[in-house]
Amino acid sequence: MNKLKTLQKLKTFKISPKNKAILLAVLVAALVAVPFIITDKYILHIIIACFIYSCLALSLNLIIGLSGQFSLGHVTFYGLGAYITALLMMRLNMSFWLALLISAVCVGIVGCLLALPTLNLRGDYIAVVTLGFGEVFRLILVNAIDVTRGPMGLPNIPKPSIGSFVFDSKIKFYFLGLVIMILVIIFMKRLTASGFGMAMLSMKEDEIAASAIGINPVKYKLWAFVIGAVIAGVMGSFYAVFMGFISPSSFQYSESISMVSMVVLGGLGGIPGSIIGAVVLTILPEALRTFSQYRMIIFGAAMVIMMIFKPNGLWGLDKRVRNIYKLNNIRTLKMKRGAKDGKSAASI
Amino acid sequence: MEKVLQVSDVTIRFGGLTAVDHVSLEQYKGEILSLIGPNGAGKTTFFNLLTGVYQANEGEIVFKNTDVTKMKAYDRANFGIARTFQNIRLFTSMTVFENILIAHPGCNQEKIIPSVLFPRGMRKKRGAIIEKCQDILRIIGLEDMEDELAINLPYGKQRLLEIGRALATDPQLLLLDEPGAGMNGFEKKELTNVVRFITDVMQKDVLIIEHDMKFIMNISDRIVVLDHGTKIAEGTPSEIQSDEKVIQAYLGSGTFEDDDE
Repeated sequence: MNKLKTLQKLKTFKISPKNKAILLAVLVAALVAVPFIITDKYILHIIIACFIYSCLALSLNLIIGLSGQFSLGHVTFYGLGAYITALLMMRLNMSFWLALLISAVCVGIVGCLLALPTLNLRGDYIAVVTLGFGEVFRLILVNAIDVTRGPMGLPNIPKPSIGSFVFDSKIKFYFLGLVIMILVIIFMKRLTASGFGMAMLSMKEDEIAASAIGINPVKYKLWAFVIGAVIAGVMGSFYAVFMGFISPSSFQYSESISMVSMVVLGGLGGIPGSIIGAVVLTILPEALRTFSQYRMIIFGAAMVIMMIFKPNGLWGLDKRVRNIYKLNNIRTLKMKRGAKDGKSAASI
Repeated sequence: MEKVLQVSDVTIRFGGLTAVDHVSLEQYKGEILSLIGPNGAGKTTFFNLLTGVYQANEGEIVFKNTDVTKMKAYDRANFGIARTFQNIRLFTSMTVFENILIAHPGCNQEKIIPSVLFPRGMRKKRGAIIEKCQDILRIIGLEDMEDELAINLPYGKQRLLEIGRALATDPQLLLLDEPGAGMNGFEKKELTNVVRFITDVMQKDVLIIEHDMKFIMNISDRIVVLDHGTKIAEGTPSEIQSDEKVIQAYLGSGTFEDDDE
């Protein structure tokens, strides 16, 4: 009996808004303090990789989890962002910020172009088309030696700077990455709580029902690809300047697969899920390095067990905050609410 | 009387099968029109033609004095034709309230930039939308269940919720595809009240497909009978009840009595 009660308590447990603010402040403070406490370059590098993959997983979650298009070509956008930024900075001596903007626009257009042929496809077919697209992109990178230097990659990508402040150390990149990730999280949170995000979700659930209430499925499918592509492209730009070296081997389809794994492990449609999935799948292979030859076995087994016991992922749509739209906008309502007499036609 | 909907000679073929064959009908403002017919008569296909799920091979559909024959489904919904589905199609991972909310044009036509950059500035507008949706929940009598997931509702309530969702699009014409299927007597009474409220108080026009003859005879102003894709009769409930062709289509012979399931 007691056990049941505590279980019920746990289920109805809610964090009050005030405590939530405190928790958030503590979390941000901890994230700010991290690079000063952890001075190990290797660990810091992994944390920055976590930031990158979190954003990539979030952007892919927008395409797979919210709009329901199973894309296996996410690495294309990531790689394209990296290459466009690097090339603009190296060949045209452009500043990082301008290159970032241009590459984001270009990647957005490519996202739209890739979405067009997949609009009438479903599930597995989208996966195949996007997978093929990713391979085409990689082969172009390898073979267009005049532009991309092929498999040799692009070394010595300049570091970004604001005025005389140059991002030249891991700590500085840590903060740049952190800011980008927070912005992406805020963006995703607001999107999922908006009518736009909900329309996307309803389109994913049932296209016919969504059209019957005036939602144009094509519009939302395109937008999902464009937004997802732009975020991935921005992360690619960040990756390029952070590493200082990019080559086609960083953008193989296995990257796409691992991004999909992050999204699925984390749970489709959930923002915390994608972040957890990305962090776990970035840290786990590194942590298992000591077992060298067995690590992929352990990794694979962990994934299989996860999917058997928690097929919906760690934090997916099932944990979505109910009526978030109402909760966010309820303040203006409270006054009017009591006044109306709640009589339903059904009970007349 | 003013015509809301004018369908002339609409035909659709699937391969060799003509599912709807030169059907014409008109609906006048403020009336409840019913569409009945034996299974496979083409009633739902006809609905799909009206709402744009299928495009007609021939014929013309005029709604509010505009030709909508070539319009896409979502455009027709925004233009004022809303529907429910025979096999319930609710958004199952969303709550009761969200199912209504997402159908409200103010919510589903939200632009991406203001909703991401200035969500606070939209509070007032969104507040008004929420109010509107809660009113609709009151009409269908589900105001106490707004936080429940749609899939957890009992069957009859799910049907009501679908009507609510269609209402939230603020339509002029409401197409109900077997709204009473699977409902018990009490729920059907609720349904009748809701449909009456929609036509009498909200001033909307309703087109119903239904098999329950008691319900149909009780609620409709006029009835159109389809059989094998063609219209075989049209008239008031009493006219239809005594129509030879209709009786033959349904039974071969006999009457409509005790169709209580």
